[in-house]
Amino acid sequence: MLLIHCPYCDETLPEAEFTYAGEAHVIRPPDPSALSDDDWQGFLFIRSNTRGPHYERWRHFHGCGRFFNAVRDTVSDRFLTTYPAGQPRPALETLTAASEDRK
Amino acid sequence: MSMEISSLTPGVLVDTPAARVAVQPAAGRLSLRARKAALPALGAALGVSLPTRIGQRAAGGGIEAICLGPDEWTILTPADAVAGLLAAGAGVDHPHSLVDISARELTLRIQGPRAADLLTLACPRDIDTIPVGEGRRTVFDGATVVLWRDGENSFRMDIWNSFAPHLARLMGIGARELAAEPA
Ligand SMILES: [Zn+2]
Repeated sequence: MLLIHCPYCDETLPEAEFTYAGEAHVIRPPDPSALSDDDWQGFLFIRSNTRGPHYERWRHFHGCGRFFNAVRDTVSDRFLTTYPAGQPRPALETLTAASEDRK
Repeated sequence: MSMEISSLTPGVLVDTPAARVAVQPAAGRLSLRARKAALPALGAALGVSLPTRIGQRAAGGGIEAICLGPDEWTILTPADAVAGLLAAGAGVDHPHSLVDISARELTLRIQGPRAADLLTLACPRDIDTIPVGEGRRTVFDGATVVLWRDGENSFRMDIWNSFAPHLARLMGIGARELAAEPA
């Protein structure tokens, strides 16, 4: 089972307390009716399907209830970091460097 | 197979040398949602200083509060104190929500030499990471529960009514299995 650090509870907890909630940093267009059908479809359905570090949302469902963001390597399942929703996307270089340090 | 699905009534569910599980008498329960700025005023109105770290508890004046999230608390009170607390909360001049959830849940008391072991049956969290005197919202066999750790081997578990018969049955099986283990 994965162990996930909740940035609100500040505890590392079993995956069973969490639910996955898709790719992070997908911004809803402020004026959807101004978009072409293709662009709207892109917002609704098209995701990056990254191989490697993936910025994604999780929810501490059986806990504090909060959504937060995580960077998880989709190949190794290793979590590089988790951070509160609303914070800017952390640069990948800083994460992989920190992750190498921990090895 | 006949299944008991009516709601549980207060009393002992199972009592073995390993653990004793009992349904607690009905209590008053309030759910509070508020931002940090409102906490001093709400605490003064309710008569308890609200803890701010998730999992921390506070008690005073016959009521208990536990912090469940960055902006969420559950408050336990005697049933007859609910109306008074709701009225006190309504007078606080900060945006917040204070809702009576007394009918939503019941509480099991789980104690005995192997009470902590019994919880590992269906709780994926390491029970030892919950200090005595604190509590956590977590999951027990798929159902969200709030676990209060009152002592090394003394717990309370708040369970939504619809999940309670299932979890109660599971506790019964677990307590008997632990008691049947060779020493
Ligand atoms: Zn959390």
